[in-house]
Amino acid sequence: MLEVSGLLKRFGGFTAVNNVSFKVDQGEILGLIGPNGSGKSTIFNMLSGTLAPTSGSILFGGSEIAGLPPHRIINSGIGRTFQIPRPFRRLTIFENVALAGFYGQGRHSRARAEEAAERSLAMVGLPTDRHASVDGLGAAGLKKLELAKALATAPKLLLADESLGGLDEAEMGQAADMLRNIRDELGITIIWVEHIMGVLMRVVDRVMVLDHGEKISEGLPSAVAGDPRVIEVYLGTDAEITQAAAAAARRRAGVQ
Amino acid sequence: MMGQGRLAAWGIGLAALVALPFVYRDPYHLHILVLILIWSFAYTSWSMMGRFGLVSLGHGGFMGIGAYVTALLWNHLGWSPWIGIPIGMVAAGALALIVGYPCFRFRITGHYFVLVTLALSGIVLQVITATRDYTGGSLGYTPNRAPGDKLWALQFDDKITWYLIALGVWLFGIMVWHWVDRSMARYALEAISEDEDAAAAAGVDVTAEKLKITLLSALMTALAGAIYCQYQMFITPDTVSGIAVSLQMVFAAIVGGLFVSLGPTFGAVITILLAETLRIGFGTKAVGWDNLVYGVLLVLFIIFLPKGILGSLLDRLKPQRKVPRAHEQEAVQIARPGA
Repeated sequence: MLEVSGLLKRFGGFTAVNNVSFKVDQGEILGLIGPNGSGKSTIFNMLSGTLAPTSGSILFGGSEIAGLPPHRIINSGIGRTFQIPRPFRRLTIFENVALAGFYGQGRHSRARAEEAAERSLAMVGLPTDRHASVDGLGAAGLKKLELAKALATAPKLLLADESLGGLDEAEMGQAADMLRNIRDELGITIIWVEHIMGVLMRVVDRVMVLDHGEKISEGLPSAVAGDPRVIEVYLGTDAEITQAAAAAARRRAGVQ
Repeated sequence: MMGQGRLAAWGIGLAALVALPFVYRDPYHLHILVLILIWSFAYTSWSMMGRFGLVSLGHGGFMGIGAYVTALLWNHLGWSPWIGIPIGMVAAGALALIVGYPCFRFRITGHYFVLVTLALSGIVLQVITATRDYTGGSLGYTPNRAPGDKLWALQFDDKITWYLIALGVWLFGIMVWHWVDRSMARYALEAISEDEDAAAAAGVDVTAEKLKITLLSALMTALAGAIYCQYQMFITPDTVSGIAVSLQMVFAAIVGGLFVSLGPTFGAVITILLAETLRIGFGTKAVGWDNLVYGVLLVLFIIFLPKGILGSLLDRLKPQRKVPRAHEQEAVQIARPGA
């Protein structure tokens, strides 16, 4: 369904993504992992049109989408969430999602947009009440809103960018289940970028690992976790992350 | 959605406004009302884009084009304003697209957008002044009096006719405002004004949406200029174009309230009454004072009352919109386990 080949992005002299190629099959969940600055978000931004690639090709459903403006890519069936939620605070929760339902689906009708909004809000578990304000949402709520906006555009492929950062463990598990439900119930193919490897490995079908803008490993979660290159570049830093998480947990426990 | 009560209030208010000139005929006061209505329409037109953070100081240019194109076509080619006004509007619209497209395409926003539009205002003013052989330059310009058909020439002597025309145009502006307010385009423009990338990720064609509202705003502003010209039968570059006129629009819209439909109208009432009071009270000694007062008030409003007078009043009167509390959201979550 998605075929990326030779994707390259330079910012001045810095190569953020270097000659990355991969495929995503219909109905699978592909995990995309890598340390900070490894090029995951840059790849997402190119897939969704926020950034134009320096070179390379992105075939989606057989047609080239590299370098198209974002609204056209969204309308061709790719939805995305942002790493840090970007809600529209001047609109209500419902309006946020209805907007995506209207413009993300080729501006059919208001009724259809509102229907899509109701469905998406229910799917992620947010109130479908028309007047609820975004200001009432916490970190988990904002992530759900972000997801609901992406779903309302009726994507065939969903790009979920680090959707679990800032959540506690229970919320993380819920969110991971939600992504799986989205695939199972709606048949939406998903590329999921995530820092937190444990949860990701449980849900994804395949993993691709990036380091310094290059693909260093790809395959089944169990195989990738055992790849020495991955252990070297990723799990090394992951140990630090685990340490930091443990320290944070100790602090929380201390407070309570 | 408009409630029954509000609809009734609008109906009664409108009926009173239509009936007014037949009951009260003081020509000076009617003249002030006509001016207020025409400028209200111009300010409303400006606020169509101003309310979405697209602060333009170029609208003096659009207004000038509407006024001068209409008058020039009438005097030089004998074309009726019925043809001239649409041509003036199209000219202003074309200019808006020419200036707007590169700005929006290359993401010139905020202060930089203001500066580009400021230049637009200045250029139109300079062009009118420089082509003085046709436009009369800074001395001003008068459309020729029509010998025959008044309707064809859109020239009327009595104030009541003008009052009703101005009222119609003003009402049209308010209706367009409400039409935009209830449309999906408002969602898109609010989203764009907050975060262009996120709006694009929701499928919004950011450049196209901004161009559409800019075009609408410019067309309406040009119409305001043409109507003003036909009513006053005398225009100068300084009264219908230039930076001063643009600033006056910004000031009136912000003072009245950018985010409510009658805000710019409220702003027009205040600015025109202020200008008239200064003119009558201090005469020629106070020339230019109104601009000084505008400037000071503008600063004070932006700091202390950013929603404007009418906007803040309505906020006070309206019961606070219910914000769902955290426990209500939890309830939703519990009701949909695993979702």
